[in-house]
Amino acid sequence: MSEPFKQRRRERIDRGVKVRSASIYALNSLEEIGYLLAPRMLLTCCFLFMPLALSPWPYWGRVGLSVCILALLSISFDFLANYVGLVSLGGAFFYGIGGYISAICNTEFGLPPFLAILVATILGAMICTIALLPCLPLRGIYFAIVTLMYPLLMIRLIEAFDILGGTEGFRGIDGFNSFWTEQYGLVLGLLVALFALRRFVNTDAGLVVRAVKDNDQSVRASGISVTRTKAKAVFLASLTGCFAGAYYIHMYSNVGISSFALDLSIMPIAATIIGGSGTLVGPVIGAAILVPLSELLRDFGSLRIVVYALVLTGFVVFRSEGLMNFLTRKYQQIERWVDIR
Amino acid sequence: MTQRSTEPILEINSVSMHFGGVKALDNVSLTVNRGDVVGIIGPNGSGKTTLINCITGFLKPTLGTIAFHGRDITGKKPHKVADMGINRTFQVMRPYFTMPAYKNLVIPLSSPRAKRVGGWRGGGRHGDRNTVAVDILEELGFERDSRVPYKLAGTLPTGYLKRLELGRCLAMRPELLICDEVFSGLSASEISSLVPLIEKLNAQGITMIMVEHRLVELFRVANRVMALSYGEKITEGPPQDVISHPKVREAYLGSEEDF
Repeated sequence: MSEPFKQRRRERIDRGVKVRSASIYALNSLEEIGYLLAPRMLLTCCFLFMPLALSPWPYWGRVGLSVCILALLSISFDFLANYVGLVSLGGAFFYGIGGYISAICNTEFGLPPFLAILVATILGAMICTIALLPCLPLRGIYFAIVTLMYPLLMIRLIEAFDILGGTEGFRGIDGFNSFWTEQYGLVLGLLVALFALRRFVNTDAGLVVRAVKDNDQSVRASGISVTRTKAKAVFLASLTGCFAGAYYIHMYSNVGISSFALDLSIMPIAATIIGGSGTLVGPVIGAAILVPLSELLRDFGSLRIVVYALVLTGFVVFRSEGLMNFLTRKYQQIERWVDIR
Repeated sequence: MTQRSTEPILEINSVSMHFGGVKALDNVSLTVNRGDVVGIIGPNGSGKTTLINCITGFLKPTLGTIAFHGRDITGKKPHKVADMGINRTFQVMRPYFTMPAYKNLVIPLSSPRAKRVGGWRGGGRHGDRNTVAVDILEELGFERDSRVPYKLAGTLPTGYLKRLELGRCLAMRPELLICDEVFSGLSASEISSLVPLIEKLNAQGITMIMVEHRLVELFRVANRVMALSYGEKITEGPPQDVISHPKVREAYLGSEEDF
């Protein structure tokens, strides 16, 4: 006689932190406020201290900024793909348009960097939104393919007609006064974009945007124009993308057709997958892993891309939900093994 | 019974809808007066839902015109038609599956029409609209203090989803409510709780068009019925006359020669 086979299962219980009544969130204690604030504070502090920590090594300071640039593009991708349902490969288009407008504002009209970036962000977002208007009725893979065309089209146009500085691009663009303005300008820009978008998706207007992804026919039947809603969302996403592009060209003082490079559309997808889609914070974490990793792998030469691909594959296979979704689950649930009786 | 006037609210003038060689609708005319509950019956594939799609702008009729309050709405965009106060439910329910039930109503409550007609503006960051949404759901039989209004729409059973469809329309403050088979797929007890609700909405002054297969329940609420068969209008009139019309019997049961 063998012993009866004992089986155990993992039990997951939500932590009872939020108490909801009507629309009030009631928090019971400082401990619970801390519980909710801790992850947000951790992320904010990490980014605010990053420039300080990296200041002895200017090279790694630049890597830190590259993290922020990729993070901005990835947030923009994640927002469009997972909240609006538009899988956009036009990240490079937003980025390039922002970069070129800022370059023109600075070299032709003599605007100081920060003003040029502001103009490029807003004007660039408007141009991007208008340019994408014709493809807004498209969905899924069709939208992805058409948006992929935009940056490629820009490269060819600039080459063929020798406009916007041709293949040379613009040089001698003003940089920032100091290491600290450069660093904190971008870090603050990223934090504002991240928390503003996170707030937006939870407002009623953000709910309408998410409803378009869920069921656009019902949105139409509710007397709301789907195209207009999508256009608003594309505007928000391209604000983020144009800001990243505009900021970047002032860091390196030149802009060229590499601002429309395909990597800029593809890398955000990798960052979003690693970090966790549909979280907005996830892509930031993804970028913070991918960019330093690719720098560290520089010594491997051509093997770099192999290691890079292995890491990406590993994440897709073993943590397809993404880091952020995994961490959120671990943080918000109590897990324990219980015997099955 | 509400006061019914002879003031036409919706006029459908010889509408035809052709898909290639298929005549889904052939020269259909119908006038709906304010306060009416008009039933549309007919066998499967007779063009009932196509007619609704034509009225609400999801399809543009091949021929003919549709006027609402005397204004031509033929071929207008669906959201423009909905904005004018013609609101529909979908036969295949289309809730926002990833949202809690009450959030499904926040979307129509955020529409321009709801702001204009209902005066429902979001107070504070969320406040107002969520409360109004739960109020409407309560009226439709979602128990306010239970967890039902807060459950994800994707987890609700059919009966609640049908009510949710109605709720999404009611949040728009409709003038003309078009119900595409709200009774189908429901149990007898669920239907008997919906009938008084339909009567109540009509009593509040909402004009209705109801596409139905459940004739007994439909005839309790409808004051006029139109029968369609193969895209053609067979007859129109009070329920008793329509059901005893030989052509209607033929469309539903087959002609006597078939036996």
